[in-house]
Amino acid sequence: MRRFSWFNATALTLGFVFLYLPMVILVIYSFNASKLVTVWAGFSTRWYGELMRNEAFLDAALVTLKVGIVSSTLATVLGTMGAYVMIRAGRFTGRTLFSGMIYAPLVMPEVITGLSLLLLFIGIGLDRGIVTIILAHTTFSMCYVSVVVSSRLVSFDRSLEEAALDLGASPFEAFRLVTLPIIAPAVISGWLLAFTLSLDDLVIASFTAGPSSTTLPIKIFSAVRLGVSPEINALSTIMISIVTVGVISASLVSKRAAVKRQEEERAAVRT
Amino acid sequence: MRRLILIAVPYLWLLAFFLVPFLIVLKIALSDYNLSIPPYAPQLDLSQGWQGIKDFFGDLDFENFTFLTTDDLYWKAYLSSLKIALISTFITLLVGYPIAYGMAQAPDEWRPTLMMLVILPFWTSFLIRVYSWMGILSNEGLLNKLLLSLGIIDQPLIILSTNTAVYIGIVYTYLPFMILPIYAALEKLDGSLLEAAEDLGCSRLSAFWLVTFPLSRSGMVAGCFLVFIPALGEFVIPSLLGGSSTLMIGKVLWEEFFSNRDWPVASAVAVVLLLILVIPIVLFQRNQQRQQEADR
Repeated sequence: MRRFSWFNATALTLGFVFLYLPMVILVIYSFNASKLVTVWAGFSTRWYGELMRNEAFLDAALVTLKVGIVSSTLATVLGTMGAYVMIRAGRFTGRTLFSGMIYAPLVMPEVITGLSLLLLFIGIGLDRGIVTIILAHTTFSMCYVSVVVSSRLVSFDRSLEEAALDLGASPFEAFRLVTLPIIAPAVISGWLLAFTLSLDDLVIASFTAGPSSTTLPIKIFSAVRLGVSPEINALSTIMISIVTVGVISASLVSKRAAVKRQEEERAAVRT
Repeated sequence: MRRLILIAVPYLWLLAFFLVPFLIVLKIALSDYNLSIPPYAPQLDLSQGWQGIKDFFGDLDFENFTFLTTDDLYWKAYLSSLKIALISTFITLLVGYPIAYGMAQAPDEWRPTLMMLVILPFWTSFLIRVYSWMGILSNEGLLNKLLLSLGIIDQPLIILSTNTAVYIGIVYTYLPFMILPIYAALEKLDGSLLEAAEDLGCSRLSAFWLVTFPLSRSGMVAGCFLVFIPALGEFVIPSLLGGSSTLMIGKVLWEEFFSNRDWPVASAVAVVLLLILVIPIVLFQRNQQRQQEADR
């Protein structure tokens, strides 16, 4: 029994104003002509131009993208394997330790993950740089991938895999031809999640980055520590728009896929 | 054989990059600060054979942990982190519950859009969302300008660089973590229970208090842990929105490591933080398990 009252409407309106107003203000002020961030001096795209000419930011953006793509791909492979082990491999020695290790990074404070990985890299004498950031990001984001993929693995019908095995497929073929296509949406969202986490991460990257491998969040953080800057407003606006377009189009695509599947199911019932 | 490889690859990766690093932190927490590279002692010297190993373990002690208890910076930082995390979790619950409730009451065709509006901030950079408040809360910021022009205040309020700004930052960034589990619990609620309550003479408000609210308890508990656990070790929010008087343990650890370069103390701070976190994490796991069993 649902009744949408004026109280519900107010709560939703105020809630979404609170969630979105700060970002809207940020976007508006990125088009401010004045260097003084709190004084509105007319519309201008000046800061976008300055941002494009700022090589340090462009370099950092490139490092961030490289780290993001490599680490999220590694994390997706490892995380999917981890999820498969958790749900399908049955009992093996050290399973408790394994499940502990796969969920612990989710609740581990970033400062501790960063510190411990840095101490490891120093201990084994690995120079800090892009490789160490990739290793660190892969480790913490593979756990998020595992969670996403295992929730999909739990819910799917195991007899499909068994049927493939009975019909003579090798376990690897059964995985590639049956399991993988079914869990593919979860694997893709796992990759996207890992990629976003990597692009977003400041703390772990600060611990594991070397002087030659500054990522975008590190750059942003050191710039905004001193106060609000119009260039960062412009950069934030670009990042917010990419995410917004991405999330909206992803949800449209998945909605279309769902509609199509329903139609196919209906057609299958009719025939 | 294939099964072995499948298990071994992620297993070894986690051992190497999760468990071993943590053991190193534990070891360094028990070592002493030393002016050398790396800046701690003792080092494990395997060339000395058995004697080296014995000396190594003999030199480990709990000095750094005693140091943490004697210098009041640390226990004050732990207490103030706990306080900030608790209060902001409570405010997030107060703000998040009506939103989740509104979502659950909304017409079906709105729901996908409402869900997307709650999830969208998840995908937006955390750093940028925290940063967006700096321009609003500063002394010449938009909030002060608005209040001054409305004549509500005649002196700018000092909000940025205080604990108030930290509360606002935590509530803002973690709000989706609170809304989603509460919404999930409310959505599953069987509407006929409310009808029954009202047929038996409950007013709408008392039906809410006696039926809806208790049945959304597990969602609230999950949401509170999802906010409290990360808020406790938070670094970005206190360092951007908080001031020099804002003591949070994540910030202390960072400064101990990067500014003072005292690795053993930084490691000891990390170990104690983790010990504090074990309690809420175990409670959270229990809540989730009970929830899963109830769903079955």
